[in-house]
Amino acid sequence: MSEIAVDILNMTKRYGSFVALRDVCLSIKDNEFFTLLGPSGCGKTTLLRTIAGFEAISEGAIKLYGEDIADLPPNKRPVNTVFQQYALFPHMNVRANVIFGLQRLGQDETTARARVDEVLDMVQLMEFADRLPAQLSGGQQQRVALARALAPKPKVLLLDEPLSALDLKLRQSVRQELQQIQQTTGITFVFVTHDQEEALTMSDRIAVIADGQVQQVGSARDIYEAPQNRFVADFIGETNLIDVAVSSVSGGYATCVLPGGDVQFTCPAAAGAVVGHGHLSVRPERVSLVKPQDGLLRGVTTRQVYLGTDMSVDVRLEGGKIITLRLQNSEETHIPEIGDPVGLNFETGTARLLED
Amino acid sequence: MARKLDIRHFPGFLPITYLCLFLLYAPLIIVMIYSFNDSNSITIWGGASLRWYGEVFWGVESAKFKAAALNSITIAVMAATTATTIATLAATAMLKAGRFRGKSVSFALINLPLMVPEIVTAVATLIFFSAIGFTTGYLTILVAHIVFCIPFAYLPIAARMQGIEDVYEQVALDLYATRFQAFRLILLPLMAPGIISGFLLAFIISLDDFIITNFVKGAGIETLPTAIFGAVKQGIKPNIMAISTLLLLVSVVFVTLSYLVGRMGQNKK
Ligand SMILES: Nc1ncnc2c1ncn2[C@@H]1O[C@H](COP(=O)(O)OP(=O)(O)OP(=O)(O)O)[C@@H](O)[C@H]1O
Ligand SMILES: [Mg+2]
Repeated sequence: MSEIAVDILNMTKRYGSFVALRDVCLSIKDNEFFTLLGPSGCGKTTLLRTIAGFEAISEGAIKLYGEDIADLPPNKRPVNTVFQQYALFPHMNVRANVIFGLQRLGQDETTARARVDEVLDMVQLMEFADRLPAQLSGGQQQRVALARALAPKPKVLLLDEPLSALDLKLRQSVRQELQQIQQTTGITFVFVTHDQEEALTMSDRIAVIADGQVQQVGSARDIYEAPQNRFVADFIGETNLIDVAVSSVSGGYATCVLPGGDVQFTCPAAAGAVVGHGHLSVRPERVSLVKPQDGLLRGVTTRQVYLGTDMSVDVRLEGGKIITLRLQNSEETHIPEIGDPVGLNFETGTARLLED
Repeated sequence: MARKLDIRHFPGFLPITYLCLFLLYAPLIIVMIYSFNDSNSITIWGGASLRWYGEVFWGVESAKFKAAALNSITIAVMAATTATTIATLAATAMLKAGRFRGKSVSFALINLPLMVPEIVTAVATLIFFSAIGFTTGYLTILVAHIVFCIPFAYLPIAARMQGIEDVYEQVALDLYATRFQAFRLILLPLMAPGIISGFLLAFIISLDDFIITNFVKGAGIETLPTAIFGAVKQGIKPNIMAISTLLLLVSVVFVTLSYLVGRMGQNKK
């Protein structure tokens, strides 16, 4: 069992009467690439700022490697932040920016200089060491901000959407770089993003946040394939949510009745699922087309959209519900015409009953 | 269409512009030219010379003007320094407080003295000083100058602050700086152009002030503007023109410097 780097216990953060974070519990492990993922305004930055010490928490506790840090000011916490706007000191060159934290820690000049060279080398900015921030591109500024935060060897590095200002191509290469730096330095990363692809590709574990509450914590695969609730299923990737009547729930499985018929269907169920009413989540790429009489569901094709390697097809069920499916664009795939009656099928293991 | 709306194409625009410029600058130019007049008369040209400048520095009235100038300069330096310090602290507080209720009211309060008629401030200040039993003199001038210089020092500093986000301070704190180090190493250097610009402006405002000074100075002490006024009451002599030209020169230099320093800070981001 690895050590817990950041332990957040029943933490609530209020701004006046507004609750920005509600009863948050998170255990971020040592040496983990941990991502906070959620839509804009859900409280990601606020959560990061409580860890950094810029926001006092209203209730609960925050521990850093077992030590309660709730009352420590930011300059006493062995945690550094890469700010969303980078905020490089405009009047200092790259080297002076990076050495700033080391000098404040009272490191001697030689050690500090060597460390600066080391991190500048790590982010490949050696040749720009004497430039002012205004003389750097956005991507270079981002790397300076990273180097500056890494230089003091923080126990935890907090990154607030560090890639959001970069263009798509650059973002993809920086993702890999960041992951690599995390692995070589062994520093715990807490990474904030609203971009699900970023979260899925980079993280060891992800916490999905909505409305100031943690919805689910897990690996990319857990979150994508075993979403806990409708929010997670809908926010991560695309999904079809089908209203079903649930007849029994036991041992992590549920039996439900699909709409438009009396087909009994048994599938994995989320922890909060109960007998009565529920939502079945099925990913578009997990739905297959069959003859109408062979399908779990039946309907009529209403739309088809060409997506390059894939084809997206909409099918309207008898009750009016639209199901979207994703078909590979290849010679063998039969793409139905609009108006064609079709049957839809999916494997038991690929559908999931969510809490209502 | 755009061309028609262009203000430069309104009929009569050009003559009015020239009239305004003439009224604004002609008197100044005439004073400047006649300060080099060799004649004793202030209206009749008697050839060019530096006679009256010599008179300012070494003539019969020079002692009086030198004493007044010394008062003016020492008061301006001290008033500008104090006002700039206060304005810097005020601007820092405004930045760090972020958005708070009453921020615009505070801003207005700091800048209100700019809008109050100077004569009102002068009378009020005098009444205030006599109410609390201050004897008028050097000290009352200094205090009054500090007070009315604050908004002038504050404006360029606040303008400069617009470009400084409070996130810089947070970064510094995050990187283990104390609050004081964050201020000294990050905020202060970033504010420096605004501070210098504010200081220069406050200095020249203090140096040039007449109305308030005249009210609060009391008998027996003069600053340069009040000394000039006193001399003019006894009749305008050409040496007044020379002094005025010198004062104008100092003003222009300082205001230009203030503007340039302030702008340099804006560009260097
Ligand atoms: N100082 C504050 N005072 C009052 N409300 C605040 C304050 N800071 C943040 N909030 C509110 O808290 C909520 C969460 O804000 P936060 O900045 O954490 O969102 P976020 O998830 O980082 O969003 P984004 O992806 O847009 O950056 C928002 O509704 C915001 O309006
Ligand atoms: Mg944010």
